[in-house]
Amino acid sequence: MTKEAGIIGYGAYIPMYRIKACEIGKIWGNHNGHVPIMEKAVAGIDEDLVTISVEAAKYAIRRAKIDPKEIGAVYIGTESKPYAVKPSGTIVAEAIGATPLVVTADFEFACKAGTEAFQACIDHVLSGRIKYAMAIGADTAQGRPGDQLEYTAASGGAAFIFTKRSNKTLAYCEGAVSFVTDTPDFWRRAHEHYPMHAERFTGEPAYFYHIINSVRTLMENMGLKPSDFKYAVFHQPNAKFPVKVAKKLGFTMDQIKPGLLSPYIGNCYAGSSLVGFAATLDIANPGDRILLASYGSGAGSDAFSFVVQDIILEKRNPIPSVRDMIGVRKYIDYSTYVKFRGKIRA
Amino acid sequence: MRKVAVIAIGYTKVKEHWGLSIRDLFTEAAIMALNEVTIDRVDALYVGNMSSGYCQHQEHLGALMADYIGLKSPPAVKIEAAGASGGMALREGFQAVASGLHDFVIVGGVEKMSDVLTPDITYAMAMAADQEYEAFIGVTFAALNAMIKRAYQHKFGVSDELMATLPVHCHDMASKNPYAQYPFKITVEQVLSSPFVAEPLRLLECSSPADGAAILILCPLEKAKEFTDTPIEIVGVGAATDAIALYQRDDLTTFKATIEAANIAYKMAHIKPEEVDVAEIHDSFSVTGVISLEDLGFFEKGTAAKAISEGEIAPGGKIAVNTFGGLKARGHPIGATGVYQAVEIVKQLRGEAGKNQVDNAEIGLTQNIGGVGGTVTVHIFRRVR
Repeated sequence: MTKEAGIIGYGAYIPMYRIKACEIGKIWGNHNGHVPIMEKAVAGIDEDLVTISVEAAKYAIRRAKIDPKEIGAVYIGTESKPYAVKPSGTIVAEAIGATPLVVTADFEFACKAGTEAFQACIDHVLSGRIKYAMAIGADTAQGRPGDQLEYTAASGGAAFIFTKRSNKTLAYCEGAVSFVTDTPDFWRRAHEHYPMHAERFTGEPAYFYHIINSVRTLMENMGLKPSDFKYAVFHQPNAKFPVKVAKKLGFTMDQIKPGLLSPYIGNCYAGSSLVGFAATLDIANPGDRILLASYGSGAGSDAFSFVVQDIILEKRNPIPSVRDMIGVRKYIDYSTYVKFRGKIRA
Repeated sequence: MRKVAVIAIGYTKVKEHWGLSIRDLFTEAAIMALNEVTIDRVDALYVGNMSSGYCQHQEHLGALMADYIGLKSPPAVKIEAAGASGGMALREGFQAVASGLHDFVIVGGVEKMSDVLTPDITYAMAMAADQEYEAFIGVTFAALNAMIKRAYQHKFGVSDELMATLPVHCHDMASKNPYAQYPFKITVEQVLSSPFVAEPLRLLECSSPADGAAILILCPLEKAKEFTDTPIEIVGVGAATDAIALYQRDDLTTFKATIEAANIAYKMAHIKPEEVDVAEIHDSFSVTGVISLEDLGFFEKGTAAKAISEGEIAPGGKIAVNTFGGLKARGHPIGATGVYQAVEIVKQLRGEAGKNQVDNAEIGLTQNIGGVGGTVTVHIFRRVR
């Protein structure tokens, strides 16, 4: 019996609307171009976490070429639940045809909720109780108007279907680590619209400390070093942090470039590292080893090592790549943005 | 009045100390100082601090710190005078020893600002302004200093480029200071392209929130040689106050309290400004530092910025200033700043200033400002031969 879980299908979805960071800066008196990204993806007025998840899940099923009835678990990692009490997973499971014999749950761990779902799905399929398990990381993230987060908080997500490793899986997971501490760098209390954050505290003691420890622990456990990986994907709260953490860990720009999307779509929170991972799988070749490291405020980081398998080359077309989706964009101004994102309240 | 000397110093690195509490910071610096000398008692403790009540909901710092550094029930008190808390704590410690009331005194300064977010820090700092007549309108501390900068540049026709030379100088000094908050160089171009905090003050003209603690141990000069080969005498002590609200000032381009405190200290030390070899001045903002250089008598009014651009405050210039980076680049842990300044002058006069050592430094000066000039302390130190 295999001791490894593999990915049989994946899909991503990025809304087509974009707002330039300088457009947001213009509203708040920041005219000198000091913005953390170029532009971010914005969910349209009829989009939310569920629609984004369904789009990504459908692409994942098409790529997997499986019967959705065989999906035994649908887990959604997010902080953008349309309902405070009412699972998003049930709506998505119903929409993709996975109901009724399915386990669903919504996971919350800030930006690493998607990879929390990875951890659960991997163990589910390895237990043998479930044949296919779907993990989704997606968000329609919100930043308080005028706050630094408003430049980056974006919409998007990705879905991955796990099963036991076989010649039908396009990549298998050879190791995983979760590194968690109680570090309150970012939070949103009940009944509040926007999160609070502890400014620079979100950097060194939070993002960097947790990612560096999860990745180093993973590499130590597996006897790997940065040069053993063809690609690396890190959580992307802005354009700067993933580049800096890669450098601190000894990874190169060539390794992170395929999955570095924050300059163009922003930070889609629980979807951030997963969309980057999907973009990397879009161009990876059989045998390539990929590091995936998420970060979730509160705080923790999941690190995974995946190895790409032969069948990936057959699983690309006709599903649009992440880069294709990034290329389809329509720019909106700030007033349209606040309307789309429900920021106008009576 | 007895002569007073500094016999030991201690300090922490200035930065955002996420993992240390305010008592941890103070203790770390105190242990460093207590390890420098072997004394069998401490007679009193003075703790300079501005915002522990707001940032940590912790007052009663005197007893707290005395307990945490292991002292045997000495009288201990927190001294608060906004940004001049450290300088005023030093003054209290000096008085206690000079008067003969105490022999061995610890003077400390500590501030822990990273426990709260920027809006709270902004609010805490604005408490140094006149709440009833000025701060209640919402003006920030940076905004008050921005008004001063505008008035200064208008009156003396000093360009933005020249005003930017002080932070550039301070970063240059801090780049060789291992405990500085910002140990890297910057350029005039970077200063002028940084965003406005309060126009016309730009980000790189402003000191920023920081955590840190600094310690001095004082004793009578006559006993100092028993404990150290390099005692540093405090030869001049001056302090003065002014209206803390700007609208009550006759002239925004000078700090009257600096002039008065400096005159008292110079007179007591029997020196003139030109005899000072090295000075640590209060450059909380570029304009504050520039005005201070003039009010202390080092340069004529309206000429300090040009003098900085010509290298006059670098080691080897007319007077070496802020050789550890000043408030801008060493960092400005508010209530600790005045004590850091004294620590740095002691290091210079001992010949322990590393790469920024001023050759044959004999006389050093510190100037510590509270608010926008509402309180100013000036201390003058001399190497003991």
